[in-house]
Amino acid sequence: MSNYRLEAFKKASFCRHFENQVYQAAQNKHIKFPFYLSAGQEYIPASIYTILERKGIDANVFIQHRGHSHYLCKGADPIQLIDELLGRKTGCAGGMGGSASIHSREKNIFGHDGLMGSQVPIAVGHAYETRKPTIVVMGDASAEEDYVLGALGWASTKNLPILFIVEDNNLSILTEKKVRRNWEMDNIAKGFNMKASSLNDSPLVIEMFLKDYNFEYSMLLNINTTRKYWHAGAGKDDDYTTQYEKELKSLGEEAQKIDEENKLLVEKLWQQQLEIQ
Amino acid sequence: MATTVRDTIKEITRKHLSEGKGKCYGQCLTAVGWVGGTLPEMYEKDGMVEFSMADVAGGSIATGIALAGGRPMYVVRYQGFQWYNLVSVVNYAAKSKELWNRPCPIFVRSIAMEGGIGPVAGSSHHSLAHRMPGIKVIAPMTSGEYEYAYSCFMNDDEPYYVSEHRKSYDNTEELENIILPKADFTIFPISITRLEMKKLVDLAKQENIHLNIIHQLWIKPFNIPSSWKLALDNSRFGGLVTDDDYVEGTASSIANELSLATGKRVWTLGLEPRTAGFHPSVDNLPPSAEKIIEKLKQIKYGI
Repeated sequence: MSNYRLEAFKKASFCRHFENQVYQAAQNKHIKFPFYLSAGQEYIPASIYTILERKGIDANVFIQHRGHSHYLCKGADPIQLIDELLGRKTGCAGGMGGSASIHSREKNIFGHDGLMGSQVPIAVGHAYETRKPTIVVMGDASAEEDYVLGALGWASTKNLPILFIVEDNNLSILTEKKVRRNWEMDNIAKGFNMKASSLNDSPLVIEMFLKDYNFEYSMLLNINTTRKYWHAGAGKDDDYTTQYEKELKSLGEEAQKIDEENKLLVEKLWQQQLEIQ
Repeated sequence: MATTVRDTIKEITRKHLSEGKGKCYGQCLTAVGWVGGTLPEMYEKDGMVEFSMADVAGGSIATGIALAGGRPMYVVRYQGFQWYNLVSVVNYAAKSKELWNRPCPIFVRSIAMEGGIGPVAGSSHHSLAHRMPGIKVIAPMTSGEYEYAYSCFMNDDEPYYVSEHRKSYDNTEELENIILPKADFTIFPISITRLEMKKLVDLAKQENIHLNIIHQLWIKPFNIPSSWKLALDNSRFGGLVTDDDYVEGTASSIANELSLATGKRVWTLGLEPRTAGFHPSVDNLPPSAEKIIEKLKQIKYGI
């Protein structure tokens, strides 16, 4: 069995248990503002950062809401994220960022202002100035913003070292993609002369697309995935089987052991932070 | 021969690029007119970078460049286009330092003009930026003021909205305040209305109206020195803020600040509250000296 799959599972499992704890903390009224859970979609960041770590690439990362798993998978401090969600000054954004505007200076993760998709042109500008590997993450809804399309075009024109990730869960709040549009982001990117593909969130499939990619050019991956919780964490979507459950089952005992350890670790972290007054 | 504002901007830009302090970005920069002659003839290899015509994306890309420490000069050729271009400047660049302690300094050259350019492109729109915390707004109309604005920006880590006006580009004079021991009014002119003040003072003399003139360079932050308070306190009828934007914004805000600081009534005069058409008969221009003196007479004589 490949270590890559287990490494990716370790990250995904940590994220899943973290998000379950966020949900629980909200149920218990410890979190007092809207929050955006990445549960169900965790295999995208888990795979990407496992691959990049193996390659020794430390990219600048631009996220938006539903970005907890990117924050955690890139190795940013979970305690600072817990504190942020509790509105504390010790949080990763000093208690200002809530769930949607988190960041990590140490891990080169840049925060989001709340305008859907604004991170895309901002990331493009950042990549133009730095010429460093850059990842920008958007949902299938924010990808529809007109300025996202303008930014894709300019990134392609300037051949910037930027990877556009569309986390396509097919939903904007509860409106399905087919109701909103009749086109796909990978085709749009191809129209801008950019390399692009549509794929699922299996770690092996993501690995196939990223193993030879070293940010020599702009690329867009539209990764189809499954959202476990509603838009703002107020409820659960249908009980879909997500990539996490598939991998847990497929990887067997070793994964189950990792999963149990992560569950205990995350519960302990949350308990410890909740006990601080 | 004194230097025009146009040549001053051009020289500042040339140095900004050639000394590696940053680059200049915008749409159609390297076209025939070189943005009213304010840009040196430099190209992408020199740091003069053309954006596509996607306004919202362009302003946001420039913001990303600022976030990376690129000190961009971002040129928007008509202030009305800021309704698209300013989105990330005011929502990201202006908030980034406070939210994440990541400064995002960008020098937004926002260029106003009037006359036959219709309902969107014309006039100043600095009120758009004025309301947002974390951004500075300055409206230089002279060479000295432009050099000062640029110098402030280079020694600061905040975004700057620089409200320019094309009619100031030929100006070679610095504009001095006039403060009398006793005046009827104190005028606080902003942007291109400042260039009407010479004529206004002459017209006022003919009407036996005595004016203090206090030129407004900084729109935000807006501080009121004691000499301004004293001048307004000593003005018999109060003050008047003149602007090249609609009055429901910067002009009203400044008038309110002045009024609160002194207890004096402060009026406003800017664009008329209507949409500008293209033909001269339906255009909407900043208040002229003639229009300002009429307003002062109305206040003085209670007409």
